Amino acid sequence: MAHAHKLAIFQGRLKFKSNTQKIWGVLILLTIITAIEVVLGIYKPDVLEGSFIGMKVLNWIFIVLTLVKAYYITWDFMHMRDETSALRRMVVWTALFLVCYLVFILLQEGGYVESVFKRGYLKTDF
Amino acid sequence: MDSTVVNTGAEGQTWDGGNDPLKSSYGKMMMWFFIVSDALTFSGFLAAYGFSRYKFSGSWPIADEVFTHVPFFHGNYPMIYVAFMTFILIMSSVTMVLAVDAGHHMNKTKVTWYMFLTIIGGMIFVGSQAWEWKTFIKGDYGAVQTQGGNLLQFGQYVTKDGEQTFKRVSVHDFAIVGNSERVQQQSNDGVWFLSEGTIPSLSMDEVINGIKANENILVRTEILDENGAKTILSRDESLKQLQANGRTVVEGANLHVNEYGSPLFADFFFFITGFHGFHVFSGVVINIIIFFNVILGTYERRGNYEMVEKVGLYWHFVDLVWVFVFTFFYLV
Repeated sequence: MAHAHKLAIFQGRLKFKSNTQKIWGVLILLTIITAIEVVLGIYKPDVLEGSFIGMKVLNWIFIVLTLVKAYYITWDFMHMRDETSALRRMVVWTALFLVCYLVFILLQEGGYVESVFKRGYLKTDF
Repeated sequence: MDSTVVNTGAEGQTWDGGNDPLKSSYGKMMMWFFIVSDALTFSGFLAAYGFSRYKFSGSWPIADEVFTHVPFFHGNYPMIYVAFMTFILIMSSVTMVLAVDAGHHMNKTKVTWYMFLTIIGGMIFVGSQAWEWKTFIKGDYGAVQTQGGNLLQFGQYVTKDGEQTFKRVSVHDFAIVGNSERVQQQSNDGVWFLSEGTIPSLSMDEVINGIKANENILVRTEILDENGAKTILSRDESLKQLQANGRTVVEGANLHVNEYGSPLFADFFFFITGFHGFHVFSGVVINIIIFFNVILGTYERRGNYEMVEKVGLYWHFVDLVWVFVFTFFYLV
């Protein structure tokens, strides 16, 4: 089982001496990201309440930070970094493509139904 | 039988990737494929949640106001407990990946200990989730549901440090308890096939009398104003709304009613966190099985700890899903 682990993260900018060290390093990174999310979630700074492409800036930040976390969990905890690129693509691209499709459906149909509620003749508020 | 084709004449001819292009064992690959399909199930749930939320974007409950409790502490601590749960799950992911690493070095003692810690982490998480469910189901302030299924919540303005804020008031604190007009109908009261669920502990009249007696209690509706805060009605409006449209008192949340806002919020909460909690639970069970196999030396004899790696993949996946649930349920 002489597996060679890839020990560098951040595009090779941060190198670890052993796999165990890398694990702790990634834990620290994930903890910092979670802490940022929680602090932003509690205080909700007014600066970030503005809208950007149809969503609050704050929500964009949350989603981007979540994707960053997901990346490190998959790449380092699930050892995706050490798998062949074919396996990596098979898993990640399939999921990504179908999730994009789901997001499209959600925005398209959710927006339509909301507009019916708002502008249609249906009375919903009594 | 000469004409039966028994081989294709293509033996030994593989394409560029050779016989194992992914350089991964069968078991690990299948675990990955399972994870992809399970990830899509969860994406489907979260997309459905997003869809419903979009649909009711003008009146969706604010998660910060719903999940404010921490065990053993009284007071208002939004997000803190969920953040703790997230941290526990990430931590147990770390011990899991350390177990996998120790397995690569064939270090049985370390694998045993790290697996043990992982199981403990998983149990703490499932326990926390059970507690969170209990708190959510029990509810805290109570509300009144209108004929149309909307919610009226109660509160009053309080001035603290020169700043006026709207503070929620529990229905139990102001309702004037008289003789309840109804008792719960059970199947032995009348016809055997007619019975009903638990009825609210307060009647509408008791709440309305309470509001009339307490001059400063106001009704807060579900509708979000342009600042994203819930609309608070004037005193006259409050009474009018309550008397004209109030139908029943709602305490806590279940699949039919929800004192925090849209019943769909509770439905999705139970369904998504429940499905995730079930994954964590089954993960703990599988971890325990693997843990005993490690102790018994099964993998030592087999010569590799790949089984730990496979269950590890599943465990990390559960953590991964929680990261998304945390974002979309509690933060966004």
